[in-house]
Amino acid sequence: MTESKPILEVRDLLKTFGAVVAAKDINVDVRKGEIVGIIGANGAGKTCFVNMVTGYLKPTSGSIAFDGVQLVGKGPREVTHAGISRSFQVSQVFHTMTVAENLMIALAIAKNRGFAALREMDSPDLLTRRDDVLTRYHLDSYKDMTVNVLSQGVRKLLDIAMAVVSEPRILLLDEPTSGISVEEKFGFMDVVIEALREDEVTVLFVEHDMEIVERYVSRVLAFYQGEIIADMSPKKALADAKVQEFVIGTRH
Amino acid sequence: MLRDNTSKVVLIGGILIILFGAVAPNWIVNQLMFGFSRALAILGLLVLWRTGLVSFGHAFYFGLGAYTVAILDIQLGVTDVFVRLLGGACLAGLAGFLVGFIMRNYRDIFFAMLNTAISMVLYGIIVKTESLGSTDGFAISLPTIFGVAPETKYPLFVVITTVAIVSALLINFYLKTTIGRLTTPIRDNEIRVEYLGFSVAHAIHLKYTMSAILAGGAGALMAMSLGQVDPDSMINWTVSGELVFITILSGPGNVIAPFIGSLVFEVLRTYAFELAPHLWQLIVGGTFLTIIFFLPGGIWSLISKLGRSTS
Ligand SMILES: Nc1ncnc2c1ncn2[C@@H]1O[C@H](COP(=O)(O)OP(=O)(O)OP(=O)(O)O)[C@@H](O)[C@H]1O
Ligand SMILES: [Mg+2]
Repeated sequence: MTESKPILEVRDLLKTFGAVVAAKDINVDVRKGEIVGIIGANGAGKTCFVNMVTGYLKPTSGSIAFDGVQLVGKGPREVTHAGISRSFQVSQVFHTMTVAENLMIALAIAKNRGFAALREMDSPDLLTRRDDVLTRYHLDSYKDMTVNVLSQGVRKLLDIAMAVVSEPRILLLDEPTSGISVEEKFGFMDVVIEALREDEVTVLFVEHDMEIVERYVSRVLAFYQGEIIADMSPKKALADAKVQEFVIGTRH
Repeated sequence: MLRDNTSKVVLIGGILIILFGAVAPNWIVNQLMFGFSRALAILGLLVLWRTGLVSFGHAFYFGLGAYTVAILDIQLGVTDVFVRLLGGACLAGLAGFLVGFIMRNYRDIFFAMLNTAISMVLYGIIVKTESLGSTDGFAISLPTIFGVAPETKYPLFVVITTVAIVSALLINFYLKTTIGRLTTPIRDNEIRVEYLGFSVAHAIHLKYTMSAILAGGAGALMAMSLGQVDPDSMINWTVSGELVFITILSGPGNVIAPFIGSLVFEVLRTYAFELAPHLWQLIVGGTFLTIIFFLPGGIWSLISKLGRSTS
């Protein structure tokens, strides 16, 4: 694994908002198939990092290369086209539409690029794919319900499912389990990670729950005040003095 | 999933109306012509409304279409109904495409009022320009159809109804395509649409241009049905208001709705002016309130309810 070229190379990333430094000296390599956990206290810069990689925020300086292609300067749409998708800390779905409609439009946009967007959307092929995704993400029973009436957990699942239908090579999940009850968290992540492993997607996910981190990731990036203070295996990271002090907060 | 019978209903209903027009009294044929002409503009506003955009200035395109017909007639002696119609629709479409580069960056009240502003500029120019008819406007000759000058308005009625059928079918199809489905999603969450990989700006630009073409076509057909154009009944901001009113009266549920809504509006206006000439504002306002409070889905929601309870 170590000898393969990284799929994502982040170099010297800096992001400032006036006097606030939201990201500084960020250097990360991610290899294909890795599942990376991003941890850090509130305001550490995790979402900011996700936003920069996915083109929502433009870094003040630095570079982000995806498979050799420079992402800095590209917007969310172009980054999606390049093969990187994301989910959101607060789920971003179409709240007046049903779960099935949400997935269908996501699929249609992903599959009907260019002039194909002028063809009828509800093709038998896409309907089959949609039902497949509904099953894989355990959303069958919510299919015809409007997002408005659904719990935060179901919305999060839908949010992730919508990000995945474009078959991205890298997926960034911003706090996938926030707003989900403790009892449901593991079941939820099992569903998500299993579906993603099947497709060999490289995953980076932001997470506050260390039990979740330990269970699913192969590597941890710990953020503190915009900087990465640890980049190591979850076992080492959780034992690391700096991580304990600045992320987990067990040392006082 | 419910089968969509809209295109069948449009086609059969349209043909029946064309046949009915052959035996119907003149005043009914006139009402149908006015109603269907205006309904084309409503069809475009429906697409925008579903996307969460309300234009309070589409009289700009309506007027452009109407005045193109007038200029074609008076300056160039063009009488052919199709050349006039295409002229009006294309010019409005071109204007809409150009203005669309600005409009696609605005939402809500800014989108609504920017459109108003543009229509007011055109209104001002026309009122101040003698060669464009100033406040009086122009009378327009009855169009020829395939080189024949018809003796009655019926052939023009057939053309208008046919254009209405074709437009309704096209928009109905468009609304089923991927790009056509990007109405509620854009209204609900633009960021998500971008992250799914579709440009919201491009989608809105297309919808806006389509609505301009339709409003231009509507204006062109209206000018020919009325046999005249003038700024107050074609470009004034009150005309834009009427268009928005009819859109809400019709409801966004189906491409047939604008045609029903526009007819109701024509009948309402005709009778209101006959029975109580001073109560027009009161009647429009009252209807508006009734719709918003009791029928937020417009007249169409009544029809679809009836349809569901009978089937
Ligand atoms: N648009 C902005 N303008 C100004 N400051 C911002 C902006 N976005 C983020 N920041 C600042 O950047 C820092 C990092 O924020 P970020 O949202 O990335 O934190 P986070 O690690 O995701 O925290 P949380 O766990 O609460 O989601 C914070 O100090 C925040 O206030
Ligand atoms: Mg965050």
